Parts: sequence; C-alpha cells; structure tokens
Amino acid sequence: MTFEEIQQRLAAKFGERIGALAPANKDASLVVPPGDVVEICRFLKDDPDLAFDCLMNLSSVDWPKKNQIEVVYHLWSYAKQHAFILKAQLDRAKPEIASLEPVWKAADWLEREQYDLMGIQFQGHPDLRRIMMPDDWVGHPLRKDYAEQTQWHNITTTRENSLEGYVRLDELKKKAAEAAAAKKEVLQ
Amino acid sequence: MAKDYQQDFGSIITSKTSFIDEIINLARKSSIFYLLFGLACCGIELMQTGGPRADIDRFGSVPRATPRQSDLMIVAGTLTYKMAERCRLLYEQMAEPKYVISMGSCASCGGLFQYAYSVCKGVDKLIPVDIYVPGCPPRPEALTEGLMRVQDKIVRERWFTARQRIGQAEPSLGVDYKVLA
Repeated sequence: MTFEEIQQRLAAKFGERIGALAPANKDASLVVPPGDVVEICRFLKDDPDLAFDCLMNLSSVDWPKKNQIEVVYHLWSYAKQHAFILKAQLDRAKPEIASLEPVWKAADWLEREQYDLMGIQFQGHPDLRRIMMPDDWVGHPLRKDYAEQTQWHNITTTRENSLEGYVRLDELKKKAAEAAAAKKEVLQ
Repeated sequence: MAKDYQQDFGSIITSKTSFIDEIINLARKSSIFYLLFGLACCGIELMQTGGPRADIDRFGSVPRATPRQSDLMIVAGTLTYKMAERCRLLYEQMAEPKYVISMGSCASCGGLFQYAYSVCKGVDKLIPVDIYVPGCPPRPEALTEGLMRVQDKIVRERWFTARQRIGQAEPSLGVDYKVLA
C-alpha cells in the first residue's frame, strides 16, 4: 500500500483525528495527536491489510523556536512490504507521551534512548532508565540548549589543548637565522 | 632508544644485589601479561598484535582475561564515561607492580570525540599512564614498540638494591615508589 492509501485507511477508521499527509510530494509523514498514538498504532499493527509488524525506528527532533519536541515513528510491514511514518508533537517544557512498549517490544530500548538523550517521558514504560549515559548524568545531551556539566565523578569533561603556546623548534631556528641575517645586512 | 635498551643488557655488574636485580627484571620483562581490554576499533589492532604476524608472544606477553593475573593494562579504544568507572575498577584490581599503555588517540586524549558528550577525554584523567601510543588506530608495530618501552621501564627498576634502603624514595624507578618492608 502507498502512503496515501494508508492515510485514507486511517482517516476512514479514526475520522477527524487523522490529518493530511505532510509534505505531500516526498518523504510523507502523518502528524497524529499524542494522546491517540497507542490506539492508532495498535490498529496499524492488528489490521490484516496494514499489518505493521515492525517498529523500525523511534527518534525525536528538538525544535526550540516552535517550542516543541517531535517524536518520529518509522513503521515497516514485513508481511506487506510497506512503510509508514508517524509523528507526534509534544510540549518542549514537559514532553510526555504514552509508551508503545505494549504494542511493539522493540520500543523498549528505543524509548529509553529517547528518554536518555532527549528527556521525553514515556508513560507506561516498564523500565524507563538511561541507556547510554551514566545513571547519575545531569541533562539530556541531544537537546539544543544542552550545557554539559564541567565534571562527573571527579573527571573533568574537557581537555586543555596541549598545543596551545607550542612553538616548533625549527621555526625558532629559522627566526634566529633571519634575525642574524638582518643584523649582518645592517652591519654591511 | 634501541641502543639504550641494548646497553641495559651490557651494564657492568658491581655487586651481587645488582646482579639479582638484573635477573629479576629479565624474568619480569619477559613475562608481561596484559589485560584484554579492547574498547573499540583499537581492540582489533590489539588482537592483531597478539596474532601470528606481529606476535607479541615472542616478548613473553600473552593476554589474560582477568586483571588479577595481569601486569599490564592496554586501554585500547574509546573510553566512555559509563566505562570509565569500570576501567578504574579493573585497574585497582590489578596487583602491583602494574603498568598502563594508553593505545590510540581516543584513550590518550579523547581523539576524534573531543567534543562528544559521552566520551572521557583521556584515560589519564582516571589512572596513571606509563606509555602513550598515538595513532588512530596504531599499527601492531606501534603497539609492539610501546610494549618494548614498558620493558625498558621494567629493566631500569631496582628491587633488591632498593630493599636495603627501606623507606627511601627510589629515584631510578619510573614511579616514585617508597619501598616498604
């Protein structure tokens, strides 16, 4: 099925809650209300014609100017060999969305990653811990306004540039030779 | 440096104790067991160094799977903050005397990941490093060279002579040990 057919199918089932595909020309995606994500995804998975049995990817985008965080779901159907992209827009100050872990088990670690790096709270997730950074890390590194802490467990997080103030020996010699030559010229 | 290394062999023996030191160090430098601690792509080069072509087994250096049996820790690869704590733990589990080679630019200074949020900018922020091997990743020849520099360091240490001067700092040692009873 094409993207348009899938969108029509969803619109027939859920009515006004499903908007238009955007952008229509390429890489189309569908923005869905955050509250309905689980319901829509369960339908996408269980409907025999759609049969989205695989959550390929779960990522997110930070939009500071629009003041929102966008969660992106990439779905794939092994049975029907078609794909679909869902997006949900969340409030940047308090990004919360229902977990998809009950629908696809693959969402478990993917959601933990988004929680770790972007700070999205997935409600109903069975084990929402950091997955990449240490457990006691402060902040979410992929936020646009992220400022790294200066040290963690007495390890400083930056390294001073050892080449600062570094002078090459051959350049010093060259300079000395030039100075000597200039002196000679003055004497002559 | 290679010449210095040979001179160590031909040093003049002035007393029995210095002769015993020579023997002890000959045994120690020919059996540097290293901890298998491959963290990233440098780990692949580390395996190659142990493989048939570079073969650091000819220096008596073989990998050990546990820090408690190792003399040398080769930190091979990118050290993340999450791994940093484990790295320190492994180092503390090793028995003295112990040596550390920082292999590759990531382990030495963070390297390519200089501005990354998750990578520790150099293993020397955690544990003392004896030898830095630059490269991304270093070739097995470079790591072999690093191992030989560790051997140089071991050869210069004085154990038996130092025992007679208990409590004094031993300047000839690479580390500023105080020799205890």
